[in-house]
Amino acid sequence: MTGSAPVAVEVTGLRVTLDGATVLAGVGLSVAAGEWVTVIGPNGAGKSTLLRAVGGLLSADAGSIRLFGTPSARLGRRERARIVATVAQSPVVPAGMTVFDYVLLGRTPYVPPFGRESAADLAVVSDVLDRLELARFASRPLATLSGGERQRVFLARALAQDAPLLLLDEPTSALDIGHQQEVLELVDQLRRDDGLTVLATMHDLSVAGEYADRLVLLAGGRVVADGPPREVLVEELLTTHYQARVRVIDGEHGPLVVPVRSGRRPADRPAG
Amino acid sequence: MSTAETPPPPGAPAEPDRDTRGGRDDRRTGRVGPAPYARPAGLRRRWLLAGLAAVAVAAVAGVAYGPVSLPAGSVAAELLNLVPGVRLDSGLNEREVAIVTELRLPRVVLGLLVGGTLALAGGCYQGVFRNPLADPHLLGVAAGAGLAVTAVIVARGVTGADVTVGLPVTVPLAAFVGAVGAVLLTYLLGAAGGRDRSPATLILAGVAVSAFLAAGQTYLLQNSAESIQEVYSWMLGRLATAGWHDVLMMLPYAVVAGVVVLLHRRELDVLTVGDDEAGSLGLHPRRSRLLLIAAASLGTAAAVSVSGLIGFVGIIVPHTIRMLAGASYRAILPLSVLFGGAFLALTDLVARTVAAPAEIPIGVVTAILGGPFFALVLRTTKRVET
Repeated sequence: MTGSAPVAVEVTGLRVTLDGATVLAGVGLSVAAGEWVTVIGPNGAGKSTLLRAVGGLLSADAGSIRLFGTPSARLGRRERARIVATVAQSPVVPAGMTVFDYVLLGRTPYVPPFGRESAADLAVVSDVLDRLELARFASRPLATLSGGERQRVFLARALAQDAPLLLLDEPTSALDIGHQQEVLELVDQLRRDDGLTVLATMHDLSVAGEYADRLVLLAGGRVVADGPPREVLVEELLTTHYQARVRVIDGEHGPLVVPVRSGRRPADRPAG
Repeated sequence: MSTAETPPPPGAPAEPDRDTRGGRDDRRTGRVGPAPYARPAGLRRRWLLAGLAAVAVAAVAGVAYGPVSLPAGSVAAELLNLVPGVRLDSGLNEREVAIVTELRLPRVVLGLLVGGTLALAGGCYQGVFRNPLADPHLLGVAAGAGLAVTAVIVARGVTGADVTVGLPVTVPLAAFVGAVGAVLLTYLLGAAGGRDRSPATLILAGVAVSAFLAAGQTYLLQNSAESIQEVYSWMLGRLATAGWHDVLMMLPYAVVAGVVVLLHRRELDVLTVGDDEAGSLGLHPRRSRLLLIAAASLGTAAAVSVSGLIGFVGIIVPHTIRMLAGASYRAILPLSVLFGGAFLALTDLVARTVAAPAEIPIGVVTAILGGPFFALVLRTTKRVET
């Protein structure tokens, strides 16, 4: 770690090839400890791949990833799992597993191989359930919960991991706007309380800009813009990289991106 | 638990239950620190006791009943006499004691061992493949082992009484090679569907592999007609000629397989959330998966090489346990050993008494029970998945 502003994530020159296709072509990214950075970009830009690489779930062809100063490649899996917690885009909901048992899975990096959870692990889980107001669901099967409740449980599992870095892959894509706001406010609250660092991917640009300190715009496997939401959410950049017609309006907590229909009506478009 | 009894309306806003925090500490007085909200899933003592009781009942019943019926109390006493330091008067004469220790007991023990191993392997495959339909037979494992054993029998040109005569190593090892080869073939074929393969893809692959291997087996048999009778009676499954040497041949493989699988019972629970997430929780999903497949296949191969193809135990038993004792592999796997063993020992009792003095192949009895059960599983699984 460096002196005053330790860097949580430092990605340099990251190249990832999947099935022969280059998904990330030299990506650089840095996230300060305690910062919230959200990666945006059109479908197929490589957002999830970047997150998976940072989480140590796939190996890079070139480049380096450092987590709190340590090269990620030098971390063992259990070690890394105590530093990085990931909430996947649509996590599997195991049949018949209760909320308590699901959140308890987050303690896996602390349970000795072939061992069992300690009383301290159970206490951590109870505490996390309390904080996320999930205590009343503890003995319910996860599958019986609503989408918003489930998302909180997924988050609880990641928090039980007690890792300083939280990776969120589209944490709100399955939620209505009310629950989106609820979950993101919760993440922000936890970030402040625990000093967590958050690296997320998101589709909704306005929401992304409202919650992140910094946005990274990824397109074609490269970083094409990186900065505060005001500098990244500009019409010119979005038009170029999303091939979309948008209008950016100044909002209370950042720019708001509104999609605008093209001037021509569908009936006027050429067929096909 | 009170927290579970008041489900809120789905999607309810998340403020109102601050008071549960206070309630938690009050609920369990006399304990230092906050008590957890729920007990983690696992093996409950009452289920463990029930499993041990089932094994005891199956053992006594399996030894007591047969062409010569013996009083259950005397049999229990005689079984306890096998424990070093115990000396009870069972009231059985020398011939009856010989029936117990030399004829029926090895058969019952082999039944317990084979049933326990097949059920454990089934439970393990279901976890590894995250597929409730996985079973040593549906995955082609048994067919692979069957082909390999047939090849060994034909190659040796054995036409006499006992297929397992000979080196106690060649048959199980051949079966193991066949079993692992088959399950890998099934897995590769099933994985061809890519990320969005459904549980059915793997089973279809297993069916294809089984059919292919069975064809190979038929071809081998066609070319050595003198082995057909023997191979068929072995294939239908039997514990009939079981003696202590069968038990001794199977035991080391069953123990190794059992220990490896049972050590991974918590890991199998973690694997239910998927490879990516298990990886991000610090596990090596692929490594664990391969190790578990090898262990379960070793156990299956050993069971197949001594007792033939006894189907459906690997699906009936773990599934019933899952429905009754919970979905955690920490409960399913140990209980599968106990109830699987008891189930097969009792099934063997049925197989040799309903048509006495003739015996029905035990594989036929398990299939008669297993077919309808499988249909039931298919129905309930479909309901859960969609």
